[in-house]
Amino acid sequence: MGSAGTGNMASTGTADHADDASRENYLNNGYGWKSWLLTIDHKRIAVLYLISVSFFFLIGGMFAVLMRLELATPKGDVVDAETYNRLFTMHGIVMIFFFLVPSIPAVLGNFFVPIMIGARDLAFPKINLLSWYIYVVGGIFTLIVAVSGGVDTGWTFYTPYSSTYSNSQVALTAIGVFITGFSSILTGLNFIITIHKMRAPGMTWFRLPLFIWAQYATALIMVLATPVLATTIFLVALERIFRIGIFDPTIGGDPVLFQHLFWFYSHPAVYIMILPGMGVISEIIAAFTKKRVFGYSFVAFSSLAIAILGFMVWGHHMFTTGQSVYASMVFSVLTMLVAVPSAVKVFNWSATLYKGTVELTTPMLYALAFIGLFTIGGLTGVFLGIMAVDRHLHDTYFIVAHFHYVMVGSMVMAYLGGIHFWWPKMFGRMYPEFLARFAAIIIFVGFNLTFMPQFIVGFQGMPRRYHTYPEEFGFFNLLSSAGASILGIGYLLPMLYLPWSLKWGKKVGNNPWNAKGLEWQIESPPITHNFHGPVTVTEEAYAYGDEDAHEAGHGTTNTHGQKEATSVR
Amino acid sequence: MSADHAHALPAGVRPPTYSHFEDLAQQEESEKLGMWAFLITEVMFFGALFTAYTVYRNLYPEAFMLASSHLNPTIGGANTLVLIVSSLTMALAIRAAQTAKYRQVVWLTVATMIFGATFLVVKYFEYMEKYDHGLFPGPTMFRGEQFGEHAGGARIFFSIYFAMTGLHAFHMIVGLGIMTWVLIKARKRYFTPERYLALENVGLYWHFVDLVWIFLFPMLYLLGAHVHGIEH
Repeated sequence: MGSAGTGNMASTGTADHADDASRENYLNNGYGWKSWLLTIDHKRIAVLYLISVSFFFLIGGMFAVLMRLELATPKGDVVDAETYNRLFTMHGIVMIFFFLVPSIPAVLGNFFVPIMIGARDLAFPKINLLSWYIYVVGGIFTLIVAVSGGVDTGWTFYTPYSSTYSNSQVALTAIGVFITGFSSILTGLNFIITIHKMRAPGMTWFRLPLFIWAQYATALIMVLATPVLATTIFLVALERIFRIGIFDPTIGGDPVLFQHLFWFYSHPAVYIMILPGMGVISEIIAAFTKKRVFGYSFVAFSSLAIAILGFMVWGHHMFTTGQSVYASMVFSVLTMLVAVPSAVKVFNWSATLYKGTVELTTPMLYALAFIGLFTIGGLTGVFLGIMAVDRHLHDTYFIVAHFHYVMVGSMVMAYLGGIHFWWPKMFGRMYPEFLARFAAIIIFVGFNLTFMPQFIVGFQGMPRRYHTYPEEFGFFNLLSSAGASILGIGYLLPMLYLPWSLKWGKKVGNNPWNAKGLEWQIESPPITHNFHGPVTVTEEAYAYGDEDAHEAGHGTTNTHGQKEATSVR
Repeated sequence: MSADHAHALPAGVRPPTYSHFEDLAQQEESEKLGMWAFLITEVMFFGALFTAYTVYRNLYPEAFMLASSHLNPTIGGANTLVLIVSSLTMALAIRAAQTAKYRQVVWLTVATMIFGATFLVVKYFEYMEKYDHGLFPGPTMFRGEQFGEHAGGARIFFSIYFAMTGLHAFHMIVGLGIMTWVLIKARKRYFTPERYLALENVGLYWHFVDLVWIFLFPMLYLLGAHVHGIEH
């Protein structure tokens, strides 16, 4: 390791990869558990996160499988009401705090934020590793909760049920979520400082890839909102353990205050769970239309606008829970405003597609699915932001369908799209393209079959969080459960063929997609310090269209003038 | 690891400690900004509690005044003074490092730690006294009858009092832990006119914790119920 000076001996063979096995990269730079568990390399930490969030995705998915199994028939024939309460709570907590929040930032962000801005690592590598350990400790708490009876408050921990009356593992869960929050705070902090201070010379703010803008906006939310959740959960834990009274209505405490504090984090957290996905989609669409993202600066600023507006709309979760009607009116209007920057993104992506040379690769399939599903998820969000409509739809399956369209239909699609897009860069091998396209289509079909019927039963009035329901909702629920099984198979496919491809996938060059961006100009997999020498950036992001630039080496060179390898696709 | 950068530096300029930085300036700017960003998360962390306090004080103003009168503003005020002095010695320690007065750094750090510990000891006796008077807000420990009709609001006041001062005290304990590290490093003359940023960042943290108390003291101790006549 070390010599970043004249690394030519390593890069001469990159074009044909004849000597790939001998070339040093972040994966073969040290073996053994210590080189992984004590690593401060952002790429290795990203891989650690990849393994752990995938694990929690499986755990959260198992809870979902049991729920859909129960809901396949109107009667309660698989689990009882108590168990069902625990299932949906554990599903929500695991999926939100242990999968969705860290998914794109901690895996793809960790790996690519430094590379895409031309840095050798995040600003604070040790804090980065610490954040993973904090995540793991929080995760262990949650697993202990799962095997010791679970928790039944819903992921929202509403008081006074959570603080006083619930007989489940609220305190342990609260501690687990509290701890994990700090992992998210530290990741966000690291990203903000890195993006501010570590950009390579010439990498101005308006040359940043849109993925970076999205990660920056996400990091702002993580840093500003997560501490409020930490305090709120801390108060619930105090109230539960020491029986002090802060939200206890029997002594005049205000449970609605808990809801305000909780949603002050948890609504912005929705944008933690979607903004990074939007960043990924911008990258994929530019790469597979070979065009600059239409209205670059509008898309960049829309990320910040979503982050800022996201802090002012939390009250729309409380239209029916005793909030002043005048406050609700303000929150309603602000909620509808969030649709503006969201729509800016959707329209600009569509405009980018227009007259582009669209390649329907797996990442692009996921990106197209994202645009459609996010539009549905986002627009139904506007319905729910309207007070009168919300009164009818609150706590029905309509809202379940709405946020699954945003979180699963959009964020998980973006996550999978991003994983496929960058997989050859991360591991130097291509996933099986045909199988991957097949899986993408299965997931798309399965997803819609699962959640589209929930819009209908929700609109008809079926409430969420019950394990039984009237016969008349039977057909759509059966459809939903059938869709869930298809979706489950779809998710299992990448979990099988991606690890498979690590050993048997086709080896690829440095830029299999012929895409722009610093990450495609370094080796696959990258070396530990990412670049062989100082990086200077001389062109805009997504400088497609000028074919001469392709020959001229993109205007971005490392010290030894390493050229991009040709595509092997 | 950063050998290729190190030899390019002019004489007397220290290379960055970590090889992923281009130069020392970039490292120090990152660390400084990192500390400020961390303090912003701390503001949000305490902010939720300040919000809770504000809401309840508006709901139960009389109960809050009554409950507040059970706190001793003289002890609280003395403790405030102790903290302010500790902030002064902290600031002077940084100044001493900047001017290469290495022995001063050590004893000013020790002084800061002593003042911090004093605050915590006083806080401990205050807590014990509240506990003995039945003011700890747990259901069996809290003697609400002394507040009459305001028992509920008073219990909320003491819940917030213990949550906020407890969290503040926890930050003080963490601060003392960091100070121990500072002391070990200071004895080895680690902090020099060229390398005092870590000390300065510890100072920022210490001042922040101090500042939280500057808000807590009037909010909790000086609500006006100490005026004769209002007292129960």
